[in-house]
Order: sequence, then C-alpha cells, then structure tokens
Amino acid sequence: MADITESRIAAQSTAHPAKRIKWEAVGDHAILIAGALLMLVPVYMIFASSSWNDITLHREGLQFGFSDDMANNYNAALFEYGGFTDSVNGVTMLANSLILGIGFAIGKIIVGMMAAYAIVYFRLRFATLAFWMIFTTLLLPLEVRILPSYEVITWMNLGNTYTGLIVPLIASATATFFFRQFFMSVPEELIEAARIDGAGPVKFFIDILVPLSQTMIAAMFIIMFVFGWNQYLWPTLITTDESLFTLVRGIRQIMQAYSDGSTTPEYGEAAALAIIAMTPPVLVVVFFQSWFVKGLTESDK
Amino acid sequence: MAKVKLDGVRKVYPNGVEAVEPCHVDIPDGELVVLVGPSGCGKSTLLRMVAGLEEITDGTLHIGDTVMNDVEPANRNIAMVFQNYALYPHMTVAKNMGYGLKNRGLPKTEIAQKVAEAAKMLNLEDYLNRRPSQLSGGQRQRVAMGRAIVRSPELFLFDEPLSNLDAKLRNQMRIEIRALQQRLGVTAMYVTHDQVEAMTLADRIIVLNAGRIEQIGTPAEIYSQPASTFVASFMGAPPMNIFTGTSDGQQATLDGGLSLNGAGAPSQTGKIQIGIRPEDVALDPSGPLPFEVDIVEELGAHRLLHGQLSGQPFSVSLNKDEPASTGPTKIALKPGAVHFFDAEAGRRL
Ligand SMILES: Nc1ncnc2c1ncn2[C@@H]1O[C@H](COP(=O)(O)OP(=O)(O)O)[C@@H](O)[C@H]1O
Ligand SMILES: [Mg+2]
Repeated sequence: MADITESRIAAQSTAHPAKRIKWEAVGDHAILIAGALLMLVPVYMIFASSSWNDITLHREGLQFGFSDDMANNYNAALFEYGGFTDSVNGVTMLANSLILGIGFAIGKIIVGMMAAYAIVYFRLRFATLAFWMIFTTLLLPLEVRILPSYEVITWMNLGNTYTGLIVPLIASATATFFFRQFFMSVPEELIEAARIDGAGPVKFFIDILVPLSQTMIAAMFIIMFVFGWNQYLWPTLITTDESLFTLVRGIRQIMQAYSDGSTTPEYGEAAALAIIAMTPPVLVVVFFQSWFVKGLTESDK
Repeated sequence: MAKVKLDGVRKVYPNGVEAVEPCHVDIPDGELVVLVGPSGCGKSTLLRMVAGLEEITDGTLHIGDTVMNDVEPANRNIAMVFQNYALYPHMTVAKNMGYGLKNRGLPKTEIAQKVAEAAKMLNLEDYLNRRPSQLSGGQRQRVAMGRAIVRSPELFLFDEPLSNLDAKLRNQMRIEIRALQQRLGVTAMYVTHDQVEAMTLADRIIVLNAGRIEQIGTPAEIYSQPASTFVASFMGAPPMNIFTGTSDGQQATLDGGLSLNGAGAPSQTGKIQIGIRPEDVALDPSGPLPFEVDIVEELGAHRLLHGQLSGQPFSVSLNKDEPASTGPTKIALKPGAVHFFDAEAGRRL
C-alpha cells in the first residue's frame, strides 16, 4: 500500500515538468493488451476461417486471412437442413437458442423476484431457513443433480419439450439471492408510505417494487440470458429430437460428422455457426451494458 | 377532521422493549399537537401506532368516534409525512401525489383536479412532471406534504419532517406547515426532537421521556410551569439551571449556603431541587445574590454568562445591550423565577 502511494506521488511530481514515459502505465497496458489478444485472437481466427472452404480448413487448420467462401458458409450454416433427419437448419437452432435463453431468463427473473418478495416482505415462519435452503442450491447447479433431474423430466414425459428444456434450469437461487439483497435495501419508509396510500401486497409489488427493480431486472436478464444461451450439457441430454437442437449443440453436431468418418466435416459451416452463436449474447450485452452496470452498482432509491 | 383519543395506549416490541408506557392523550378537533423528546424516547412509536404502522399492544385508539386499533392504515383516513420524504422515485410529482387516490378508485379527472389544487397551494405547479430526484430537498418535502393534502385526511401525522433540511429552509417550512394546517383546519400530530420547533408550532406539546409522558400543555405552560426537571431542562435553550438545595417550609436554601429570600418555598421540607431559567435573572449591582462570572458567550442578540452561584454552576442570559464582564457581580431574580422540584423523582412541587 505504502509504496503504491509513494510511487504515485513520485509519478505525479515527475510527470508535470517533462513529460516522461510512465513505465508503470506501459506495463499495465501491455498486460491488458496481452489479455485482450488472448481472448480476441481465437474469435478472430474463427471469423476468418468461416470464409474458407472445408477442404482447406481440413488440410491446413484455422486460417488467419480471408477467402471468398464466406457467403457460402453462412448460407449453409443458416439455411441448409442437416442432421440425420434433415429437419433442422441454422435458423431453427437460432430460434431454439433464443427460446431457451429468453425463456430461462424471464422464468428465472419471475421466480426469483417472487421468492425474494416473499422472503423479504412477509413474516413467514422459517423465512430465514427457507432463504438459506434456497441459497444452498447455488452450490448445486443442474450438472450436480443432472441424473435425478433427468429421471423426473422423463417421468413427467417432458423430454423433447421446451418446458423440459427450460424449467429444470430455472431451479436455482442466483436471481432470488440478488433480488433479496436489492429488496432489503429499499427503504422501510417507502413501504409504509405505500401502505398508507392503500397499496396492498400485490399492488405494492407491481406498482412500486417492479419499477424500482428495472435496472436490476435488466442486469439479471443479461446474465441469465447468456447463461441459458450457453447451456450445453442439459440440452444435449434432454433433447433428442433434432428440431429442438440449440446452436451450441448444433456446432458439435456438425463436427461430429468427422468422428463418424463418413464425409469431410463441414468446418467452414461450423465456424460460421460458431460466429452466429456468439452474436446474440454479444448484442444483448452491448445494448444493455449501461443498464447492467447501473443495476449492479446504483442505489438511487 | 377528527378528534383523537389515546386510552392507555402502550407498546411493547417483540424483543421486550416497552417503547411507550400506557398513555392517555386527548386531542381536540383541529389542534396541532407536537410530540417532543430526546431521540429514542418513543415518539415515532407512538405516532406509528396512531398511523397503524405499528400494532398497539394495549389500550384503545379513537380517531373521530371510531376505535382504530385493528383498522388498516389506508382506512384510517390519515396522511403521514416521513422524515426522508418517502416519495416513489420512479413516479412523477403528480403521480406521487395521486397514487393514494388512484388506489381508492377515484376517477382520473378528479385526481388531476385535486393534485392541481394541492400543487397550487404548495407552489409545485411547475414541477408536476418531474421525478423526485430532480427536486431540491425543500421541494421534495412539499411534494410529501402535497401527497398528504390531496387525500383530504382527518388527521395529519408528521415524523420529523424537517430534520433533513438546512436551518434556513427548516424555519421557512415550519411556518408553511403551520399556516397550511391552520388553513385546512386538520388535526395534526407532529413529532420532533427539536424543542424550538415544538414551541413555535404547537397548540399543545406532549413531552416524552423514556416512553413516558412527562407533561402535556400549551407551549406557555410547558415553559412557565414545567412538570419536572426533565421538562425544565429539555424545553428552553439554554436550559433551566437546576440546583440542589433544602427547604424548611419557609425559605429555600441552595447547597453552598445561599438563601433565596422572598422566592417562597415549597411546603415540603428537606432536600429539594431548585430551578431558575437563565433569562429570569437580571444583573443588579445592589441585588441580593452574588454571582461569580467565569465566561461570557456572545450569541448576537443575547449574551450568556456562565459562572457560579453558591458554588454551583449557573448560566444567565442577557440582552445584547446589557453590559457584561467576567468577575464577581450581583444578580436579582425576576418574580416567579424560582421553580421547586422534589429531590428524587424531579416532580414539580
Ligand atoms: N422495531 C423495533 N423493535 C424493537 N425495538 C424498537 C423497534 N423500534 C424502536 N424500538 C425501540 O423503541 C424505543 C423508541 O423508539 P422510537 O419510537 O423510534 O424513538 P424516537 O422516535 O423517539 O427516537 C427505542 O428504544 C428503540 O430502540
Ligand atoms: Mg423517531
């Protein structure tokens, strides 16, 4: 701590008279740039590769430059029907992924808000116990309880349905936890003012609490959407019907052709599909970014 | 508009704290009563029981002719103004004021009309479409008042509504609240820890101490006949000087040997406490009581002399044009300056 402050003071006092190079800043930026490259280069390579034909990719691996098969590959990725049954194309998978991501995010927000509302605002017996029990589910993601969940879903005949795909994923406490923390920071006086204004529990929730939670809801939506979108294991397990495949799942399906040894795997198409799969989460984050930061940091109530 | 009657109302919190001891209060229609006392004495608890935000442990509460113990706050026909304004941050000023009416199912046009009326009364017409975060503290407080007014309640409840404002604005808002309450003629209960606010606003003051009502009376009564040493030293700035002394039934004597000739004495003999307000004293070179001045404090309009009377600490408040200096001097007591209290409980004798 002490030497950080000292070096800062030193940097300040030397910086003004002659504009010397601040080696610290150079070092910091070098690290940041290296980190950024580490993250971005693979993405760039996939993007560049998505413009090559399958043969080149198969023979020479991922490419750095661009070729002229881009339109082809994206067209194939989006519109060419594939799979064993020829019943699924990129657009279907995109739709499935959106349904999973949005359905999961919305379901989670609704359940989380309502659970948090009950825990924070109603004097229930064992409310604290209930909260901590919900909280421990944070330690039990779907992957841990995947076998029993699978049993239950098949027993309920929900295999190969959107419900079976989405509902089991919703059962975890992240959103409940965040909304609880948020609700507890809403001033008591506001609740009392609403009571005097004649707002019952439902009115208070809808008229006051939900609008107040706007930014929090947006932040939750981003996190949950990306989480749902990126699900791989559960969709693989629960959907055998190809018309329900998600994008993340579909990429693997294309690559799988290789291990089957039948034809040259459609590497170009796979790369294109990977780029397509990355785009919606990036867009959601970019567009909701300002809300996201506000929701997690702002406390203007 | 309604009278309010508390009959043995008491509050014990679930953790066993008796925040309000059984109390009896009668507030006639249209009166503004101020609950005053130090922080933690139970003022808010008492007010919140009247509002219905806190359950009444024992006793009955009447507003008008109705027993209100188990009535929901929204149905008590009251309006409350909170310390931190408690405005809905996501609603405009107009929506904030109209929300209660909307919940009562009033038609939109009627709500708009009532809101406009209140806004006019409070000089908020230009701000109706703003959010609370775009208003100053004083304006927010006005909106909170507006929200109370539009409901045409029978009873206003204020819980330290001015304590977040700066001193100048506080004085101004105090006058506005008083004027508004008188104009509307609505009964009001007002909580504050500030004795100046209590004295200036109240028709009657209720002084609370540790959950107990020490005295109920008009500001003048509270000031001139404090019921206990607590009231005597809490109400009035600077506070009343309290001495220990004795009485023989004819004459009171301060510990230290100084006798207060001509000030009378309580019939009770033995140890007593004797109170003298700093402003009930005049410097008088031929006066009967020797006063040793240690410090002179300049307050602009007043001057405070701190020193010793009969070996006990004593403060005197003088007008700015009376000369004062440190050192020995003499004082005379104004008529009725001396108050007697019993030695243990501090009750007035
Ligand atoms: N919800 C509560 N539970 C337990 N004790 C409380 C609660 N609210 C207030 N108290 C206690 O009751 C007493 C009176 O509180 P309050 O009415 O808020 O005082 P004031 O408004 O005069 O400052 C205090 O001792 C306080 O600690
Ligand atoms: Mg209080």
